[in-house]
Amino acid sequence: MKIRLVYFGRPREQLKMSGETADVPENLSTLADLLGWLRARGEVWARELAENRVRCAINQEFSGLAAPISDRDEIAIFSPISGG
Amino acid sequence: MSISIQEGDFDVAAEMAALRRSSAKTGALVSFVGLVRDFSNEGRIDNIFLEHYPGMTEKALGKIISEATARWSLLGVRVIHRIGPLLPNDQIVLVATAAAHRREAFSSCEFIIDYLKTAAPFWKREQTDIGGRWLETRDSDIQRMEHWIKGE
Repeated sequence: MKIRLVYFGRPREQLKMSGETADVPENLSTLADLLGWLRARGEVWARELAENRVRCAINQEFSGLAAPISDRDEIAIFSPISGG
Repeated sequence: MSISIQEGDFDVAAEMAALRRSSAKTGALVSFVGLVRDFSNEGRIDNIFLEHYPGMTEKALGKIISEATARWSLLGVRVIHRIGPLLPNDQIVLVATAAAHRREAFSSCEFIIDYLKTAAPFWKREQTDIGGRWLETRDSDIQRMEHWIKGE
């Protein structure tokens, strides 16, 4: 399935990437699965996308790691927010 | 009810005047202005950089304001949040509320800034004399929000 990935905060800086369209294996069903798949890309991915480091949103709504992912979702991966 | 995300500075007096004029029923205006401090636990702050998630930010702030208007009887709300590079003493955020009475205006203003801290997708990178780091949601801000959810 095709997933639109966007990165903000620390991951955006460390991965040197603001977004991409990823072709994700069909057997990934949750955000946790997706993060695991991305972590396998390499050392910086494994470090920056550790489950205790990142927060996620699916289609612009904050979502927990157990949330299901679907074809054409926009998934944002970011460090904990710090506005105001 | 109006939201702006912008790089440029804002004029608090002009914003308050506009909010005041928006309804003759207004008896109280309250504003909160958040600024860039020149210090942190890490040292002296040279500058900060703010980024946000376009689209989601506006939705999240809209939801926060809707929640505030459901809790209090408000006549106007203005939220401005800056993004991009900022220096110590610069203004970061304005939250202003208008209501018939001060209690609604005070409470809703505090609620909106507390909620924004934990639910609006902004990220702040702090550059100090010893290096740079991304700030994270403070536990004290999460606790503030939990108080509101529990209805305190």
